[in-house]
Amino acid sequence: MIWTNAIIQGLLTGGLYALLACGLSLIFGVMRIVNLSHGDFSILAAYGVVALAMHTNLILAIVLVLPVMALLGYLLQRGVLNRSLSKGALAPLLITFAFSIIIQNILLQVFSSDNRSVQSGRFASMSFKITKNLQIGALPLFTFIVGVLLTLGLHYFLTYSRVGRALRASSDDPGAADLVGINNKHIYGIATAIGLFAAGIGGVLFGMRTQFAPSFGPIALIFAFESVIIGGLGSLWGTLIGGIVLGIGQSIGAQIQPSYGVLAGHLVFIAILILRPQGLMPKQKGK
Amino acid sequence: MTKLYAVTRGSKLNKVLPVIFTALILALAVLPKFLAIPYQVKLVQAFILIILATMWNLLAGFGGLVSIGQQAFIGIGAYALVYLADVQGLNPFLALALAAAISGIFAFPLSFLVFRLSGGYFAIGTWVIAEIIKLFVVQVKTLGGGSGISLAAFSGMGRETRIAAIYWSALAAIFLTLLSTILLMRSKLGLALTAIRDDQTAAGVLGVNVLRNRRAVFVLVSVGFGLAGGLIAMSNLRVQPDDIFSVNYSAIMIFMVVIGGLGTIEGPIFGAILYYFLQDRLKDYGTWYLIILGLLGIAIVSLAPEGLWGWISRNKFSLFATKYRVSQTSKEEGA
Repeated sequence: MIWTNAIIQGLLTGGLYALLACGLSLIFGVMRIVNLSHGDFSILAAYGVVALAMHTNLILAIVLVLPVMALLGYLLQRGVLNRSLSKGALAPLLITFAFSIIIQNILLQVFSSDNRSVQSGRFASMSFKITKNLQIGALPLFTFIVGVLLTLGLHYFLTYSRVGRALRASSDDPGAADLVGINNKHIYGIATAIGLFAAGIGGVLFGMRTQFAPSFGPIALIFAFESVIIGGLGSLWGTLIGGIVLGIGQSIGAQIQPSYGVLAGHLVFIAILILRPQGLMPKQKGK
Repeated sequence: MTKLYAVTRGSKLNKVLPVIFTALILALAVLPKFLAIPYQVKLVQAFILIILATMWNLLAGFGGLVSIGQQAFIGIGAYALVYLADVQGLNPFLALALAAAISGIFAFPLSFLVFRLSGGYFAIGTWVIAEIIKLFVVQVKTLGGGSGISLAAFSGMGRETRIAAIYWSALAAIFLTLLSTILLMRSKLGLALTAIRDDQTAAGVLGVNVLRNRRAVFVLVSVGFGLAGGLIAMSNLRVQPDDIFSVNYSAIMIFMVVIGGLGTIEGPIFGAILYYFLQDRLKDYGTWYLIILGLLGIAIVSLAPEGLWGWISRNKFSLFATKYRVSQTSKEEGA
């Protein structure tokens, strides 16, 4: 029973990791940039909600912060990152790493290093009783559902919408996309906007579930990265599965001994790297 | 009309410079006789920064392997030094050499793991490895667990003698790392790495074994990172897992190399010296100092990607004769 419980809790946590990861996966998929500041943007969004929620209610705070994240993503892509794309693989990595350091230290300056959390009142402690020993928290369940819905939404957006098609075209062949009238720079801006919007959702839900500090960006990035690699590069569904596998691994590790949780997740990642480096659900060739 | 060209390495400048460098090293070697202790400590810090920048540049600038997890090997070197010197009772200077070697030995199997990833994912992969090693070290009671461990090997030594000894170790370390970097870049491996840096695919087509050369450089720089880690442990007299495995080391190394000039030997040295003075001046500003470093880094990558050294030298001369150049020997012949 303990183990069933651990697996179910891990599965639900996996939804959170998928939320933290899907933007990372999308940005990499379209521009081949690994956004080293992805986790810091998640934490930035969580702080944004904390700051706004002091003056207004939580839902309004979230509704205000997420579009700002998207706008920030678009502006940073068009203003800074697009220029670096032609300067080799190194430049975008260095720039996003610099973003990471800048965001962390601005947050440290504004909010200090004290732990904060996004207060969601009764919602945080609500739970459903499944059997005598098995309870599912409303917040973890909600996070998981949001994770699945966002993956589904992104999937349909990329497959069927006009902008989604343009995103895939820019990803496959920017030169050819340009020829048929797609403005690659604008499309890259949209990709980063969606990526940071998703990072923001992940960050806010992360902040509702646990306490966080400015230094938590890197750990959010590492969990997101592990989800992407476990799931397989270039596949959104893979990232969701990767997040779930990571969540279950951590939860089983923590069941053995509380301090082993994160380490067990890392070991799952290493095992995948050794045994199945293409990930569990790699993007199929020719697709 | 034929033009004659010659392929040369170095110039007249590079015939004079070795004499100047030898004089500089000799002068630095006798310095502890004349210099107050706080200045020796500062020089040790600067030496460590130059070693770190040189090693990171070798890895990223020449090997094309951008890593943000090399603190793994700094940490391994630091802990290996404390373990060998204190727990095993070895001479601390012998322990320093062994710590560097141990770091290289760890790097070899780990390279098989991280080389499965490429580009940005390689960068985060190395970082995860550093985190995992930290999580394991925290579990080991002999190494002090989460609170860290103090280095006791120097406790019988007077402060003045100890600091001079650490100063000389650091001087020997920087001399060895710079000399081996120059020799390496003049060797076959250096040529292969330069080719890989310029065009990985083309280098592969010409018969350069990209993977093997990259593995070689990954292991070699890890020896250097281990050496730097051992020196950090010696000068701080204490190793703490959260500090020594901190990703801040990567941030600092990247900053030094980018600001100085990636892919040159001189650039990282200048970058390290510049960074040293910047942090000395700005450290009182706390978090603002890191924000400024970040903004400065973005500005340099975007506006002057060749860095400080590239701007000074304009690719016309170098302090260390490692690059071959084609030059025209006579304008016209047979006219």
